[in-house]
Amino acid sequence: MDPLKVAIADQMKAEIPDFSAGDDVEVHYSVVEGDKERVQIFKGLVIQRRGSGINETFTVRKMSSGVGVERVFPLHSPRIAKINCVRRGKVRRAKLYYIRNLRGKAARIEEKR
Amino acid sequence: MSGLLGKKIGMTRFFDDSGASMGATLIQAGPCTVVQVKTPDKDGYSAVQLGFIEQKPKRLTRPLAGHFKKAQVPPFRFLREFRDYGHDVKIGDKVSVDIFQEGHRVKIAGRTKGRGFAGVVKRHGFHGGPKTHGQSDRHRAPGSIGQSAYPKRVLKGMRMAGRYGNERNTVRNLRILKIYQDRNMLLVEGSIPGARNGIVEIIG
Repeated sequence: MDPLKVAIADQMKAEIPDFSAGDDVEVHYSVVEGDKERVQIFKGLVIQRRGSGINETFTVRKMSSGVGVERVFPLHSPRIAKINCVRRGKVRRAKLYYIRNLRGKAARIEEKR
Repeated sequence: MSGLLGKKIGMTRFFDDSGASMGATLIQAGPCTVVQVKTPDKDGYSAVQLGFIEQKPKRLTRPLAGHFKKAQVPPFRFLREFRDYGHDVKIGDKVSVDIFQEGHRVKIAGRTKGRGFAGVVKRHGFHGGPKTHGQSDRHRAPGSIGQSAYPKRVLKGMRMAGRYGNERNTVRNLRILKIYQDRNMLLVEGSIPGARNGIVEIIG
């Protein structure tokens, strides 16, 4: 087997919740402030998942007081305590970059059922 | 000082205890066999010669075959010397990743990837010419290489295009992130010289 994969096998998370582009998620991310550690929640729309193995990352976009904010998280980061999938979106592509150019009603994504 | 020979396997990602993400290189390190011990009395300096990766005897030149026969060790593909070796070893001893500890800093030396005949932008980090404003054929040119009537020659050492890479390079201060004792592997922070499967010296 690929020695690179074996070497970092214990770094990978055993369980990754099932989510993909178009879903709304809550990312519970621990932040260290001075000597205190607390969990911050970043809630938004997953616009892409890229990479594979330990290098996989995903991008979450949300509107914060009228400004679009995007954050890229490494999927296997130990700082991510939990990923909650709140809503499944119905989308036809894997990368939702087009959502950046839309606002208001046009930027909505239909729920999958 | 201690040292070991290794083979670069490739790069990956590593999360440390605080959760920070960093690039890391996996190295197949050892086990190496001591082929020769050089002493100040006999050789004028103190060093240990290590052999790495066994070789078919028929591929050896006769002088090399004699060298291995004298040491009574199997023939090796790679031999490297490490000066003033910090561990007490004798001929025939096996050296493995045990000599290192996680968190320690090491130097790693190897041969860089050969880039062939490279221009000044790649070779010396020149900026090249302007991309716009009517430029033609000047995008990666070196610019002026000197003055005119005086000194009416190009100064020695002027940085120009030429062969780049395929030379020895040492990266210092690399942190050992992880040691795999059972599989003789090391994970170090950052990048190391050379392509995958290249031979590197790990100097502790």
